[in-house]
Amino acid sequence: MNENRPDDRDPRDERDPRDDARRLHPPENARLVRRDSAPELPLDPDTDAVDLASGRSLPVHLRPTSLLLVIAGGTVGTLVRELIDLALPRPGGLPVSILLINLSGALILGALLEGLVRRGPDEGRRRSVRLLVGTGVLGGYTTYSALAADSAKLLLGGDALLGVLYPLATLLLGALASLAGILLARRIVRAGAGA
Amino acid sequence: MTVVTVLVVALCGGLGAAIRLALDGLIRGRSARSARLSTFPVGTLVINVTGSFILGLLAGLAQANAAPALLVSALGTGLMGGYTTFSTASFETVRLLQGRRWVAAALNGLGMLVIAVAAGVLGIVVGRLA
Repeated sequence: MNENRPDDRDPRDERDPRDDARRLHPPENARLVRRDSAPELPLDPDTDAVDLASGRSLPVHLRPTSLLLVIAGGTVGTLVRELIDLALPRPGGLPVSILLINLSGALILGALLEGLVRRGPDEGRRRSVRLLVGTGVLGGYTTYSALAADSAKLLLGGDALLGVLYPLATLLLGALASLAGILLARRIVRAGAGA
Repeated sequence: MTVVTVLVVALCGGLGAAIRLALDGLIRGRSARSARLSTFPVGTLVINVTGSFILGLLAGLAQANAAPALLVSALGTGLMGGYTTFSTASFETVRLLQGRRWVAAALNGLGMLVIAVAAGVLGIVVGRLA
């Protein structure tokens, strides 16, 4: 996906569809590139973008902007998780806080990703929102390691029933929450479109 | 827990999330070349299992009084909490289910859970030895 072609030509001049087909993998991107006034924007959301200054390809996940968005979001998400976890009790060693955090986070992430995808390709402001809120805030807010380690503690502490039920319930309810978020966003986007 | 501790933990969570982004991208770039792995979210699996082991290790060290509380909070609740993610794992499982990829969905859901809990148990046991 990495194209180090010289950028001395105006991309709008390239109107030959065969040329586009040769240069581009996803056909839907051909439309974007032909009228592209900002060729520095990536062609493929999850692989490479060309850094025009150096000519090197710079993957999304290593770009300073992406990393800063995720750090900012992850800090906020972790702070909220921590405050909720400090506020709620753990009856019988059951981490009710982490359960609620993971389920609500799964619901919101499902709604967010589905809502973003329905509004258009993953680029520009939509990608920034995905990185800041999805990868950052909700990634920092929800946690898999606490789920696993708390379950491990329950199992090692001799509470086999809770040690099995707690992670299984999180897994099943989490999948339902993700699905509910996806369906919710679909309804909202459809209602917003007036369909 | 002091305000400073809470802020340190939160910032570590931000760093953990950034490590997750970078590592997931690197793994995705590698697995894209493999026919079997290119359509499975292997990055999240690796991240969640390694993070569960390290959090277990820190919990074990704390139980053995072998690590200071602030370090355990910063690296465990903060760094590993931000590094691992439940929301993305759950979303990816649902996407696999929606694609009718039952085996991949079971592996990403139940498989990841069993491996991560086992990694957590191993981490605690190893940490207690210290």
